[in-house]
Amino acid sequence: MTAAIELIGITKRFPGVIANDNVNLTVQRGEIHAICGENGAGKSTLMKMLYGMQSPDEGRMLIDGEEVRLSSPSDAIERGIGMVHQHFMLADQLTVLENVILGSEPTKGMGRIDFKAARSHFAEVGESYGLTIDPDDLVETLEVGERQRVEIIKVLFRGAQILILDEPTAVLVPQEVEELFRNMRDLKENGATILFIDHKLQEVLEIADSITVLRQGKTIATVDPKDVTAGDLAELMVGSELPTPETTDSTVTDEVALFVDGVTVLDDDDRPVVDDVSLSIRRGEIVGIAGVEGNGQHELVSAIIGTMDPKAGTVSLNGDDIAHWSVRERREAGVAYVPQDRHVEGLLLNAPLWENAALGHQTEAPYSKGIWIDRPGSRGKTETIRKSYDVRTPNVDVSAHALSGGNQQKLILGREITSDPKLLIASHPTRGIDVGAQAAVWDHLRRARADGLATLLISADRDELIGLSDTIVVMFHGKLVATLDPADVTPRVLGAYMTGAVLDDKAAS
Amino acid sequence: MNDSLMKRLVLGAGAPVAAVAFAVGLSSIVLLLSGSNPFSAYGDMIENASRLETFVDILNEATPLYISAVAAAIGFRMNLFNIGVEGQYLLAAFFAAAAGGYFAGLPPVLHVSLILIVAMFVGAFWAGLAGALKVTRGINEVISTIMLNFIAVGGIIAWLIREWADDTGATNSGTTPIDESGQMPSLNGIVEIFTREISKGRELTSVLLIAIIVGVAYHLFINRTRVGFDFRASGFNPLAARAGGVPPKRMVMYAMLISGACAGLVGMAEVLTERYKYDQSFIQGLGFNGIAVALLGRNNPAGIAIGALLFGFLNQSSGILQITGSATPEIVEIMKGIIVLSAVIAYEAVSRIKERDEAKSAAEATERQAPAEPEEVLA
Amino acid sequence: MTDVMSPSLTPIPDESGKRSLVARYASLPAWARWATAAAIGVFVLSAVQTFGGDDTTVLTEPGTSGAMLRFSVPILLAALGGLFAERAGVVNIGLEGMMILGTWFGAWGTVNFGSPWAGVICGFVGGALGGLLHAVATVSFGVDHIISGVAINILAPGLMRFMSDQMTIKTNARLDAGNEPAFPFKWQGGSITQSPRAGGLPKIDVPFLAGGKLPGSDERTYNLFGEIDSANIFFVSDIAGIFEGFLNQLSMFTVLAFLLVPISGWVLWKTALGLRIRICGERPEAGESLGVNIYLHKYIGVIMSGGMAGLAGAFITMELSNVYREGQTTGRGFIGLAALIFGNWRPVGLMLGSLLFGYPFVLALRDNTGLGTHSLLLVIAIALLATLAWSIQRQNRNDAIIAGVLASAVLLWWGFSDAAPDWLPNAMPYVTVLLVLIFMSQRLRMPAADGQIYRKGS
Repeated sequence: MTAAIELIGITKRFPGVIANDNVNLTVQRGEIHAICGENGAGKSTLMKMLYGMQSPDEGRMLIDGEEVRLSSPSDAIERGIGMVHQHFMLADQLTVLENVILGSEPTKGMGRIDFKAARSHFAEVGESYGLTIDPDDLVETLEVGERQRVEIIKVLFRGAQILILDEPTAVLVPQEVEELFRNMRDLKENGATILFIDHKLQEVLEIADSITVLRQGKTIATVDPKDVTAGDLAELMVGSELPTPETTDSTVTDEVALFVDGVTVLDDDDRPVVDDVSLSIRRGEIVGIAGVEGNGQHELVSAIIGTMDPKAGTVSLNGDDIAHWSVRERREAGVAYVPQDRHVEGLLLNAPLWENAALGHQTEAPYSKGIWIDRPGSRGKTETIRKSYDVRTPNVDVSAHALSGGNQQKLILGREITSDPKLLIASHPTRGIDVGAQAAVWDHLRRARADGLATLLISADRDELIGLSDTIVVMFHGKLVATLDPADVTPRVLGAYMTGAVLDDKAAS
Repeated sequence: MNDSLMKRLVLGAGAPVAAVAFAVGLSSIVLLLSGSNPFSAYGDMIENASRLETFVDILNEATPLYISAVAAAIGFRMNLFNIGVEGQYLLAAFFAAAAGGYFAGLPPVLHVSLILIVAMFVGAFWAGLAGALKVTRGINEVISTIMLNFIAVGGIIAWLIREWADDTGATNSGTTPIDESGQMPSLNGIVEIFTREISKGRELTSVLLIAIIVGVAYHLFINRTRVGFDFRASGFNPLAARAGGVPPKRMVMYAMLISGACAGLVGMAEVLTERYKYDQSFIQGLGFNGIAVALLGRNNPAGIAIGALLFGFLNQSSGILQITGSATPEIVEIMKGIIVLSAVIAYEAVSRIKERDEAKSAAEATERQAPAEPEEVLA
Repeated sequence: MTDVMSPSLTPIPDESGKRSLVARYASLPAWARWATAAAIGVFVLSAVQTFGGDDTTVLTEPGTSGAMLRFSVPILLAALGGLFAERAGVVNIGLEGMMILGTWFGAWGTVNFGSPWAGVICGFVGGALGGLLHAVATVSFGVDHIISGVAINILAPGLMRFMSDQMTIKTNARLDAGNEPAFPFKWQGGSITQSPRAGGLPKIDVPFLAGGKLPGSDERTYNLFGEIDSANIFFVSDIAGIFEGFLNQLSMFTVLAFLLVPISGWVLWKTALGLRIRICGERPEAGESLGVNIYLHKYIGVIMSGGMAGLAGAFITMELSNVYREGQTTGRGFIGLAALIFGNWRPVGLMLGSLLFGYPFVLALRDNTGLGTHSLLLVIAIALLATLAWSIQRQNRNDAIIAGVLASAVLLWWGFSDAAPDWLPNAMPYVTVLLVLIFMSQRLRMPAADGQIYRKGS
């Protein structure tokens, strides 16, 4: 039987790195096929080539037995391939319908959009797959799960028979993941072939018919989920056991470093996006905040670091209420910050590394002396950070954008921790970096904790949260809804709090 | 190492050189099409510039252009577009000239300082208005500064110049001329030590010294001070700068105030060494030309100097072309425009090449520094 | 089709559950809201004119309104230019420069082809060429949008001066040789800074409504609006007078310009091309992932933008002054951008913004006694007081303070002077823009990806 997809010898190179190295992949029609690998293994690049967003340097692609050359998404779409991206490709200010029909608008004469035809086709697609969304809603009003459904409708609207899902569960909680898997099985029944990227091994084992593992751009193996365990997959992905962040002896002291009391932050419409939140972090403790993105974690962090002003409440750092201090004052008082998006809030991409190391600390030695910037001092300090945090770069004059994500993150972590802070806010500290850098980051965080640092950790990676935190709190709709002990929390319970489900006594025990 | 330094120098100098070469090429084509001989035109221009008097003129023209470009560049470093330099310098020159004319017989240092301070203050104030509008109301500074330009010239100056005019009813009414004590000397004496006597009453303005001071101050400020670091950080990435402690609104105000103060000095050559008052024929357009020079010089104090000299040279050239007739003088305006546009395009192209290069070399470094692969764990 | 209301107009239900006046206003469709606002504006103008103590009719007389219509066209077209560019995600500060291209090419086309329609087309093409340049710099080379715009503004005047110079030289050469100047160098009577006379498109008085003649007849028809105006009924007559002014000596160019408003709206919101252009300005990556050619659509948007600005320039040359002259644009490209912002990046809004900002220009021209502008001070004071009331109701302390202080200052000025100084009308348009932006900037929403440098595959 002709396979739906056959990739033979696909190779793709970028300056300095081989993203895909002689990759071979076969997907049967009507199959749910998972692609696994850690960050940087080449999964996204491979899928992008299948969707026409990149072209392979070598190799052949066959769709339904026919060799194809896809030079743009339109080619892929014409072949019945549709892609749901990890970061949704939706325009907030346009309606759902506009987002869905874009690029394949039904028209009638003079390029006029035939809205009637569009709506009826939209309704058809929605009905056959049980995906209900109002086409006239503005996308910005939709929740995450709904947005994903729009993305799927977008793909089905064009009659895609082959669906590519890139890390679809990254933004979903367990209950929503189940919903997604139900949809996927329905689609499969209707004849679709599904390719999806996922690095959460339990999920992959649950839903996939077939799994292909990539590592460092090469195909390592294609296996049947019935024959393997998560541990086997992990080994294939990394070549050894996946490092897990393990807790060692408790280093928590009695001294409270950060005390957040009744903090409320309002959004532009005067609605509370952080609602009366209180928590405390002691020296030597890591407190982890769990929660689906968009439930107030970022705003809480902003209130603590000073980029947002709380409407009510106090934020005490070693006794001083810093709630209305400027960012600079807080930094000088010892608040360190690893932002969730290093490109947006963490780095000056076009500036050399040593200036990036000074960012956030430029008012203090060794980065400045009086009103002047201390160049030798800054460069020296940056060299120190480079060595102790293993930042791979030819020198400290290179612009920050030239470094890989992992090295950028190590630099940021290094500059923050070596500034001798009283409090470290680490927001998604290992997002989008390779496993080696991830392990290094965890190591540094643990060591800092052992040295007595108080850390606030925000993470979407449940393993990271559970492995690193001494205490876990859950945020939902701006409120702190639970305080949990990582030693006895289960993903199910955590997920329930994260989605605001009322926890049944029976389920808890 | 030497290799990459060479490469960087070539790339760094390459862009403006390429831009000028392209502009010269394109302008030559335009000249040919309009029936002139480019070579005789360029020949006339260069021959003219090599005369001492013309050189003095070029420096005189470059001086206010330089200061204007620095004013614009200060804003550009922070991604603020102070298009209002034009209005700021005219308003500042007006009030400074009026103040200077009002007081007579002060000790010279005091008199000149008063004029300079009034100019900087007025310039800073007018730019500060736009800054305030931006930080309090989020109004785009391009639009607000341009509106303020028109209000300054068509409103305030138009109103006050008649109220305070020296001789009402004259077609070229102006402020009271400034006393000798408020005039700055020329540098001819110093220059003539090295060269022959400068003829035809050309005076090298001593405001050139002010321009040099401004340039040095700009360099030190932007590249060496902590506040300058804050400035540049805001320009690179305002969100990261904010998270790094830089107060965003204060930075915008500082930038506009400093830029405006600098803009205020642009008209000082006219006021202190040329005209000694402000009247209806006061030199216009220095603001926009200054912006062009800043773009050409990439907001860099040395680059701006070269750009200012280049523009000064071109302006002088249009005069000589008028006389020799080897080409229409308007070609100079086109050259200026083409140079600026091709320069900004070239700079962008070059910086993309640099980016790619850096990424490659960093990736190679990563490969070399990676620790050896851990042994495979046997299943 | 969705009609997105500007965020500030959320209904405020009062205690008894009745929807307040504001809420009812907010739920009207866009054209109705703007029409109501305009009516209120006219009401205030009439009231001030009749009761304000200055003996003048210039605020609402037909001559003024007709001129207002004409003077708002360049701003309107520039604003439409801004709309196309910014909806495609490109900021076009170079509108002023492209307008300058349009002024020159409009004159050149009219004179050389001997037809004002040619002037219109040439003006459009001239501006579009400027747009093309901007597109190349910003879209293909990734130059910062504002820098590219500024560079174009620097290049345009010099280039046009050069062209005029060439025209003059070639024309004079032929005249000296005793020949008629030939296409494309017809520039008799022109110079480096000015073109020969270039007239505009045909003008009509609209029959029945404004007493024009029917085609082929020599008799003037009934003048409906004129009659109502003469009846001197407060406010109603003023409205009639305004409409009569609109429809008197109405140029085809003006009609074209105002037709472009609904046409632009239709293109951007009802066609596939428009949707693709808009995605460039909201989320280009989304469009790219669906196979939309982002570069192409950005180019289209920016070239259209230049073309519109070119039309604006051609209008100035052909309709307002009948000649090309250096320095004609006087910042109206930027005022067009302000009108775009005022209109929240939507066609109907920017049209009203253009009328609003064009009005002070007209007054500057027509108000010989200074009384009209003096009354306008009172109108501004009233508008500020209304803003003050609005701010108090929304509990916005800063806005209220600013509005209160400004209102008092303007009221005092009005009270203590008899006539406006003659420089005030010249500065008025720019002051108006600033005042409007001060109070409105925070409620507006620009396209999400406006100003972003877009690179494929990012």
